[in-house]
Amino acid sequence: MNFLYFDNAATTWPKPQEMLDAMIRYQETVGGSPGRSAHRLSIEAARIVYDTREAVAELFGIDDPLRIVFTKNATEGLNTAIQGLLRPGDHCITSGMEHNSVMRPLRAMEAKGVDVSVIPCRDDGTLEPSDVEAAIRPRTKLIVLIHASNIIGTLMPVRKVGAIAKRHGIPLLVDAAQTAGAIPIDVGAMNIDLLAFTGHKSLFGPQGTGGLYIREGLDEQIPPLMMGGTGSRSEFEEQPNFMPDKYESGTPNAIGLAGLGAGIGFLRTVGIDAIREKETALTKAFLEGAGTLKGIHLYGPPDMRKRTSVVSFNIEGMSPSEAAMHLDENYRILCRPGLHCAPLAHRTVGTFPQGTLRFSFGYYNTLGQIQKALKALEKISRGH
Amino acid sequence: MMDQPENYDVVLFNCVSHAIKAEKVLKATGLTFKIIPVPRHISSDCGVCLRFPREQKGAVEAALQGQVEVREIRPLC
Ligand SMILES: Cc1ncc(COP(=O)(O)O)c(C=O)c1O
Repeated sequence: MNFLYFDNAATTWPKPQEMLDAMIRYQETVGGSPGRSAHRLSIEAARIVYDTREAVAELFGIDDPLRIVFTKNATEGLNTAIQGLLRPGDHCITSGMEHNSVMRPLRAMEAKGVDVSVIPCRDDGTLEPSDVEAAIRPRTKLIVLIHASNIIGTLMPVRKVGAIAKRHGIPLLVDAAQTAGAIPIDVGAMNIDLLAFTGHKSLFGPQGTGGLYIREGLDEQIPPLMMGGTGSRSEFEEQPNFMPDKYESGTPNAIGLAGLGAGIGFLRTVGIDAIREKETALTKAFLEGAGTLKGIHLYGPPDMRKRTSVVSFNIEGMSPSEAAMHLDENYRILCRPGLHCAPLAHRTVGTFPQGTLRFSFGYYNTLGQIQKALKALEKISRGH
Repeated sequence: MMDQPENYDVVLFNCVSHAIKAEKVLKATGLTFKIIPVPRHISSDCGVCLRFPREQKGAVEAALQGQVEVREIRPLC
């Protein structure tokens, strides 16, 4: 598998062997329906799901693992929060760097009578926290903020916006799809009331896993997106109103959650700081190298303290999709061209509608791969 | 005799996640207990409950207090 896989912002690849082993072990030796029956395989399945809940809680500084709802991805968590909290007449604030998993539900709520303010960001993605505060109205019911851009890697001022939100008593929903596992998150210290995360990126879990942390008390204001069997209170035809069952209808992705638990275990063994350090070194080498190439235009902040390992650029005279196909076919470099499900963010950066070429580096990439990629880009930018 | 059902109490929970959390909390205390299916005569629910010898009731209650949401603690039969 001699690829240069630079698409870790879409989903990380490869995954740690521990994660694959845990999923196989789960299916071979456990495999019951968690919490549905009371036999040992069902109870053991429930234990494994609980262990993963606990691992997620620890990672984000959440005291009670039962405040975490498992979903199939970040998108489901974001929709639960956005569609659940906002009512016609309410006002919601978000940034100009959001992903469509925030913008589409927000635009749909707008059509139902919710006012949405999109706070403009600079073209390197940076947001001025005071602009958020200035936009607050008496009817502001929610602030939604991406933690780091999925196109140019810019880290957003979550802690500062969290302090503002707290001061005004407005819940803060953070889209941590790009940061959970990559950048330390502490919901208490950062004043995050709702945290949507996905399992298949920097948490090293499989696709089909993710979740939403809901601060105590807020769940009373958020109805579930779906209702159904939970294995609990089966004598009632009404949906239970307690965490996490209220939001977890239907048989959960227990095999996936077994994998997610092992992915987080791997993350903790290696250490978030060690991973960040490695990804920083790779990204820095790429940015420095690409910065010297003529015909390559880089976007996003150059300072590694202000960004993640997601980089975007364009090659003069070549569309992103053309360049991506060329990189795949001739150099086995796998990346993602275009708009990255974030037309709003590309407008902010000034790259709408053609988009950019995105390289997103991960723990399994090497400096040698970066050198190879830089050589390929040099050739291409000189005219193939 | 210790293993007579009338010597046991059970902790009932809203859902299995709460039961598993309670299991973890109690394991750390060294108290004796067992996860069992909720007996038919107690509830028609499909869940599990925690069975423990009645003389530990005070200790079990103290351990779970503020840690786990408990629906009810009651005699096994
Ligand atoms: C910033 C951002 N938000 C949300 C998502 C959605 O994540 P998922 O596709 O796992 O729901 C992604 C990635 O796809 C993302 O990059």
